[in-house]
Amino acid sequence: MGILWQRLRHNTLAIVGGVLVILLFLVAIFAPLLAPYEPDYIDRHHILEPPSRLHPLGTDDLGRDVLSRMLYGARVSLAVGFVAVGIATVIGVIIGAVAGYYGGLVDRILMRFVDIMLSIPTLFLILSVIAFVGANIWNIMIIIGLTSWMGVARLVRAEFLSLKEREFVLAARALGASDLRIIFRHMLPNSLAPVIVNAVLMVASAVLLESSLSFLGLGVQPPQPSWGNILTAGKANIEIAWWLSLFPGLAILITVLSYNLLGEGLRDALDPRLWERK
Amino acid sequence: MLKYLLKRTSEFLITLFGITTISFFIIHLAPGKPTDILSELNPKITPEAREKLEKYYGLDKPIPVQYLMWLKRVIKLDFGESFSTDRRPVWDKIKERLPITIGINLLSMLLIFAIGIPIGISSATRQYSTYDKVTTVIVFIGYAMPGFWLALLLMLLFGVQLQWLPISGIKSMNYETLSFFGKVVDIGKHLILPVFVAAFGSLAGISRYMRSSMLEVIRQDYIVTARAKGLPESVVIYKHALRNALLPVITLLGLSVPGLIGGSVIFEQIFSIPGMGQLFWLSVMQRDYPVVMGLLTIGGVLTLIGNMLADICYAIADPRIRRQ
Repeated sequence: MGILWQRLRHNTLAIVGGVLVILLFLVAIFAPLLAPYEPDYIDRHHILEPPSRLHPLGTDDLGRDVLSRMLYGARVSLAVGFVAVGIATVIGVIIGAVAGYYGGLVDRILMRFVDIMLSIPTLFLILSVIAFVGANIWNIMIIIGLTSWMGVARLVRAEFLSLKEREFVLAARALGASDLRIIFRHMLPNSLAPVIVNAVLMVASAVLLESSLSFLGLGVQPPQPSWGNILTAGKANIEIAWWLSLFPGLAILITVLSYNLLGEGLRDALDPRLWERK
Repeated sequence: MLKYLLKRTSEFLITLFGITTISFFIIHLAPGKPTDILSELNPKITPEAREKLEKYYGLDKPIPVQYLMWLKRVIKLDFGESFSTDRRPVWDKIKERLPITIGINLLSMLLIFAIGIPIGISSATRQYSTYDKVTTVIVFIGYAMPGFWLALLLMLLFGVQLQWLPISGIKSMNYETLSFFGKVVDIGKHLILPVFVAAFGSLAGISRYMRSSMLEVIRQDYIVTARAKGLPESVVIYKHALRNALLPVITLLGLSVPGLIGGSVIFEQIFSIPGMGQLFWLSVMQRDYPVVMGLLTIGGVLTLIGNMLADICYAIADPRIRRQ
């Protein structure tokens, strides 16, 4: 950990990303304290008003305060990011570990399954499932998780393939450790670093996916605010209310960018091949 | 080469089989029969339509039989009838929209190639220069940019503020009255923003990848040899290095096909383009299951074809693969 921090410290962009991610957490946690209005409060006298002292980021087509809705929207994005990535990581690790550890036919079948999942356009897959199970925040988190584990599986498999022949694993086996013990106690901790990096980067794409789905009206459903569904109103009023289109998108961009910067920074910090340069 | 093609084709068929299997099981995701939720959520469905659907999926038969029945129909591109009021066969509905989506995706691929690769090469040959740093920053922002938001911003700028470009559809109202040249210009104007938005997502990735691939290649010994022979730098880069550096990019381009096709849902919905992405969105909204299933399968097949083409291009470009 100490070494990791030392390497990360010199990477300004990664630190900026990390700080922004922490800020985002704080905003999401303290949204009720920060928001000037209730997210659903309707001000009938101020409908579609540009940013002003009263409403710093303007109001939407129902007269709701855009800033307040965006602050609550941060909670959605955070929740979706973490739950979806959690699900995807667990599935990916299990499938990748089993494929890499056992090899042979098991590996071939699992990897073929990964290929098949990868060859269906993700958005099509997600939308089809939504057509059947309905759109709400819980379904979205689960579906994004269930359709984005393939990268993790490939990563863990590759790690396991190379770890399998290492002395400590052979030693554990010679001592009679069970397969489960070898996988979870010996091999998995040694392949955790790339999994964590990958998870941070995956949060970024989960946030993007959620916002796209909500924008299409097939994600988080109004009145629950999400950055994506505020933008739906932005599109409907694009000729008269630029602020509805600008600010929520900026929030998505900054969030995704921060996770990407942090993830890339962690990757560089954990990659021994890059160490000598610094 | 023939052996290679055979191997690829068999893999293609296995994957195709897998895609249809997944599509089939998605229908059974919902609790109860697919027709149950249908009548609950869509009271407009008549008992007669419901019966037709049950018969189409063979819902009175055991699941393996249902699956074989579905597979047999899918092979013949028979996805049943749409639930919407027009009751047209699903394949007919998809067929008329397919060329639009494929056309836009091909154009955006061309754009990705035409812009992404030169950017990648030039930032690799000028590593750590200001130009390289600026493109790196732009690429990072590109990665994080939600495609639909970019579309909204471009619509705001070019459609609403400057009024240079139309923001919806692919033809103007007066399209039929235009001359041939006018028609081309009209469609072109409608397509600029959608094609750019569709390409944007992969543009960042491809240029980044091209850069690192190029950086790796120009450190190889044979490049040093080429330079030592006194060849001009442009020949070294564009003739010797480029060919090898392009190889991994071809694979990546193949891998970006599902993203492009999936992304068509977003940009077609935003720009009101009558392609299969828009049809997909409409069908999901209206719970028009036969169309959803048909599009899911076709989307998978298109991706597979894209991957196959990329693999073949790869084999043509790299003799080592062919001889394996």
